[in-house]
Amino acid sequence: MKFTYETKKDTRSGFGAGMEYLSQNNPKVVALCADLIGSLKLEAFIKNSPERFFQTGIAEANMIGISAGLAIGGYIPFATTFANFGTGRVYDQIRQSVAYSGKNVKICCSHAGLTLGEDGATHQILEDIGLMKMLPSMVVINPCDYNQTKAATIAIAEYEGPVYLRFGRPVVPVFTPEDQKFEIGKAIHLIEGTDVTILATGHLVWEAIQAAEILEEKGIKADVLNIHTIKPLDTAAILASISKTGCVVTAEEHQINGGLGDSVAQFLSQNHPTPQEFVGVNDSFGESGKPADLMEKYGLNAAAIVEKSIKAIARK
Amino acid sequence: MQTQELKNVASQVRRDILRQVHACQSGHPGGSLGCTDLLVGLYFNTMKLAQDANGNVVFNMSGNQEDVFYLSNGHISPVMYSVLARRGYFPVKELATFRQLNSRLQGHPTPHEHLEGIRIASGSLGQGLSVAIGTAQAKKLSNDTSTVYCLMGDGEQNEGQVWEAAMYAPHHKVDNLIAFIDENGQQIDGPTEKVMSNRDLEAKYKAFGWQVLRMDGNDMEEVINTLAHAKSLLGQGSPIMILMKTEMGAGVDFMMGSHKWHGVAPNDQQLADALAQLNETLGDY
Ligand SMILES: Cc1ncc(C[n+]2csc(CCOP(=O)(O)OP(=O)(O)O)c2C)c(N)n1
Repeated sequence: MKFTYETKKDTRSGFGAGMEYLSQNNPKVVALCADLIGSLKLEAFIKNSPERFFQTGIAEANMIGISAGLAIGGYIPFATTFANFGTGRVYDQIRQSVAYSGKNVKICCSHAGLTLGEDGATHQILEDIGLMKMLPSMVVINPCDYNQTKAATIAIAEYEGPVYLRFGRPVVPVFTPEDQKFEIGKAIHLIEGTDVTILATGHLVWEAIQAAEILEEKGIKADVLNIHTIKPLDTAAILASISKTGCVVTAEEHQINGGLGDSVAQFLSQNHPTPQEFVGVNDSFGESGKPADLMEKYGLNAAAIVEKSIKAIARK
Repeated sequence: MQTQELKNVASQVRRDILRQVHACQSGHPGGSLGCTDLLVGLYFNTMKLAQDANGNVVFNMSGNQEDVFYLSNGHISPVMYSVLARRGYFPVKELATFRQLNSRLQGHPTPHEHLEGIRIASGSLGQGLSVAIGTAQAKKLSNDTSTVYCLMGDGEQNEGQVWEAAMYAPHHKVDNLIAFIDENGQQIDGPTEKVMSNRDLEAKYKAFGWQVLRMDGNDMEEVINTLAHAKSLLGQGSPIMILMKTEMGAGVDFMMGSHKWHGVAPNDQQLADALAQLNETLGDY
């Protein structure tokens, strides 16, 4: 199957569109933001439902606590900011008041990873998937394009429990269907192949598709899965793919430590030991630069996935 | 330095800010322009900086026996970089690399790439005052009588950690510290008053045990005099806070009076219009 796209959009705008839908269709949803309304694309939600929006100012820790309180009162809070400030900065507030207390809070963050670009490492969190997946009961979702982010936003409002939804700033191809249903924890099989499994999440899914096309020209058939949910991991889909291919490459805009690849390795080591290669940031901070240049420098693009695929196949 | 000389430096720094942000089409000109007069006044007049035998500044991470400045609102990095370069910490031409791949001039300041003049990373707001207090305490422990300075934004006052630090400093009698709040009345989502009102910062800091002064942060003469006055109040058992009224975008008429230029770069025409308002006093890089 050939994947094409007509437009490029940012995943955060998909979040904004999902929130606009929820403003009209779910009166229990409330939104909070820490002085970043425009960056989170919340304008439509606020226009439709001003009484269900709470501006917290630049006070992320407070935002998490307020959200937990709103959840106790029966509302479904969507707490929003940049990924660095919505996870790492407020880890204990999330741990105690949300995860451990079992509160139905959705932590929704933009500007995750390197692709926020010029702001640099202070803002480029590459540890958030790890931080959030370590919390018992936390669901972790990293959708790949505008349509999927919109669908995920709508889906998590229906799910009861804490969720971390991660998205980003750059415009990327919109290639998933507009009317898709988003199933938490259910991987999406994108390309059939028998030589190597590629498990990708977030912005790396499109790169994985590109990589599969390059590999195909070399006579290598890649089996590509979109792992939009890192926790709970769709282990059945992963096992089914690896039973065919016998090797795997994981790809994510995140540290290798603690990311999707880590979760996959942990599962496979116990259930189906398999040669695995990792596309991710290798124990370093990011830096300022243009998004594509950064992805190139840190080895997070289709070329890197191709290289790691060839390596993984050689290790079978 | 004479006030007029300081004003000349400030004019060049404002040009540097605009040209840095324009070249990479990202970064934060508004707050940078507003805080230019303070940073120039500090680095070119008030602060006692370590120097070699030839009178050139030298950078020591420890900051021992010299005054130390921390930029807590790290997004206004363009003004910090320009002032450090113009003061002699690193080559002025390096400003051309701002926010580009492999640069030491990261979007937000960091010691990670060993840029002379930067001692701590900032960018995630609300953390700088704590670091400044710690350095001030280190100076006291080492019988070092120099002063620590720290600049924060008014939006940044929303962060809880600021108030943890505000409580700590008077409690521990950190009286070798002069902090500033850039009261431009703006943050990202609009006027600070509307986003999250600070209400009366003077009353708040006084209640926490600080000595509070006010100044017009865009009047060089007043900046220099207020800094001198603040220094005369050091060593009396309490830290000093200077509430500094500024205009976001100060020096460029079309950038003043709104939060629009908080984090937006000028295009070619806007850059030309802005530079036409600022004398090139020290030579563009
Ligand atoms: C902890 C944290 N939250 C959010 C941000 C995003 N952010 C960058 S600047 C800014 C507004 C800062 O307002 P203020 O301190 O008044 O600075 P000014 O806009 O006047 O330059 C925000 C919310 C951040 N850098 N750090």
